[in-house]
Amino acid sequence: MKEYKDTEGEWDHVIQSQTSLFDLRLNEVWHYRDLLFLFVRRDFVTVYKQTILGPLWFFIQPILTTITFTIIFGNVAQLSTDGAPKLVFYMAGITLWNYFSTCLTAVSGVFNANAGIFGKVYFPRLIMPLTIVISNLMKFVVQFVMFLVFVIYFYFQGEIQPNFWILLTPIVIVLMAVISMGIGLILSSMTTKYKDLTMLIGFGIQLFMYATPVIYPSSSIPEGYQWLIQMNPLSGLFDYMRFAYLGVGEFGLTSLLYPTGFAFIILALGIVVFNKVQKSFMDTV
Amino acid sequence: MSKIVIKAEHISKQYRLGLVGTGTVKDDMKRWWYNLRGKEDPFLKIGEANDRAVKGESDYVWSLRDVNFEINQGDSVGIIGRNGAGKSTLLKILSQVTQPTTGKIYTKGRIASLLEVGTGFHPEMTGRENIYLNGAILGMRRHEITRKFDEIVAFSGVERYIDTPVKRYSSGMYVRLAFAVAAHLESEILIVDEVLAVGDADFQKKCLGKMSDVSKGEGRTVLFVSHNMAAVKSLCTKGIVLKNGSVLYDGTAVSAVSTYLSGDSESLNHKKFGDEYEFNSFKLKEIFINPKGKTSSEALDEYQELEFNTKILIKENAERYHLTYVLKNDTGEALFTFSNTSSSTKLKNGENHIKCFFPKGFLNIGNYFLDCYIIEDSKKTVFYESDIMSFTIQEGERELGAWLGKEPGFIKPVFNWVQV
Repeated sequence: MKEYKDTEGEWDHVIQSQTSLFDLRLNEVWHYRDLLFLFVRRDFVTVYKQTILGPLWFFIQPILTTITFTIIFGNVAQLSTDGAPKLVFYMAGITLWNYFSTCLTAVSGVFNANAGIFGKVYFPRLIMPLTIVISNLMKFVVQFVMFLVFVIYFYFQGEIQPNFWILLTPIVIVLMAVISMGIGLILSSMTTKYKDLTMLIGFGIQLFMYATPVIYPSSSIPEGYQWLIQMNPLSGLFDYMRFAYLGVGEFGLTSLLYPTGFAFIILALGIVVFNKVQKSFMDTV
Repeated sequence: MSKIVIKAEHISKQYRLGLVGTGTVKDDMKRWWYNLRGKEDPFLKIGEANDRAVKGESDYVWSLRDVNFEINQGDSVGIIGRNGAGKSTLLKILSQVTQPTTGKIYTKGRIASLLEVGTGFHPEMTGRENIYLNGAILGMRRHEITRKFDEIVAFSGVERYIDTPVKRYSSGMYVRLAFAVAAHLESEILIVDEVLAVGDADFQKKCLGKMSDVSKGEGRTVLFVSHNMAAVKSLCTKGIVLKNGSVLYDGTAVSAVSTYLSGDSESLNHKKFGDEYEFNSFKLKEIFINPKGKTSSEALDEYQELEFNTKILIKENAERYHLTYVLKNDTGEALFTFSNTSSSTKLKNGENHIKCFFPKGFLNIGNYFLDCYIIEDSKKTVFYESDIMSFTIQEGERELGAWLGKEPGFIKPVFNWVQV
């Protein structure tokens, strides 16, 4: 009688305290792909449901920031834009940066924000950070379309020279998503236990923007500090945006190698750390 | 013998009390240092049984300690215990919300847990959207939900509101919809925490009926945590009693319930006195209450005939004394007074053990308190003690599908009814 032989091998699943660091159960994430889809849909449907202007907020926020930056950094501080029109220059930076910073902030707070649901039901926790990255991608696309409208306008004005490099845009966006998720996952694992970090992250992201060529071109940094900019994995991505769409600054395929390598290492590290913490975070959150 | 679908081996769960955050870095460093040298976690050796009432020495407590059990396919198992006994921790571990500190649980088949109804419901979304979202959270695929959609809506009874945001729902409708989704999960093992506390009688009946179908009809395994003993008795075939994080009893549901209920009956339903009630002419020795034919360590339930016993030593002039008791409910209101003057049983000199019988099903479920009087010559109170003892009447086993709550009132006498 086969069914009486209940040896360990016949169990579907073992719940235990010690699991291998690399027991990531990514196949479960795949099984729950419908949930990912529904979460993304929920985010998109509900975010502006009670507001009057609705999805218009997708546009209002980046436009106001762009105008502010144009006035303060462009006109008052007179930072260089490598000769590109200020409006599109700042918009290129802000659109990309907004995506990075909202993803990073949301992913790093994923445990605290979802403690209620995580405490009641099991589903692969990785679904939640993925939802954040994808939901924000939708908002990013909307803002990016607006950016494109400005690019087209300035192109016909003859002030900028977009080139064939724009075809690489999807890859750059994926890299952006991967880096923000990777860093966010690592931070999220730490914020569950040490809440002080939440404060630090909000503040840290602001500072990090100034260490990244978002509102200034890499070329405006003095020789002696160039290495600092080169070490920042995001620099290449911002340089890319300006090179491909505005035709200013310097960029080559090699500039993407470092961000790509960094992205995949940080994501792998993030998933391992996240996976380790998610098993017992309910006890500390 | 049927197939074992859940097997727990030496499950323990340690929690740190107090504020998580203070001193954690220090303990973490110590743990990490021990781990680095390949030694066992130093904090596993300390920790105490989790008795919430007693102030302990250590900041670490064991919410579960060395729990072992096996559950067969198709069993419906009631998990009972007092607050803090570890029930919820056990369910959390089984539903993989948290992991055990030590030990392993082997499972076979998909587990769906229902620790809360409507997890992930978004108030802005419609009932339809929430069915899909909630179903997916519980592990269903979209096509499974689509296939069962009509059935879910029919079960919930909120057809009319299905395209309305759930924030417009009454709380009852909300719960109905949420339970309907969970009830249609196709998992081999279903874990249900006390979710029946909400909803009206009609819906409770529907839920229990569905759960019973799930275990008896479809051969799936149900784990059910509840404080409603009537529900446990009528729904479950097996019962596990937890006490301070350990398994106190593992067996049939009916005996698990009585083990749980009789946990403190010995001390509650039986009062023995030393010489605190010794006076010149008498000494009150014991007062206890027991179900007919059983000892006072047995739980009292609503359907039993009860025996109320008094042991008293009368030193002289027994004919001048009689006993009077006042039965009060848990808010202190007197329900009635009873006394042996009205009966032919009188006190006698020497040892007395007198019994008073409460007919079957006379008292409703609830807590009761007794005041004791000893009266001399039918007019003078020579002894009075308020709340000399208390006892609790528990729910008995009811027919499945019957109302499981408490009927109003404190006594439920059985009257004669005739058709004229």
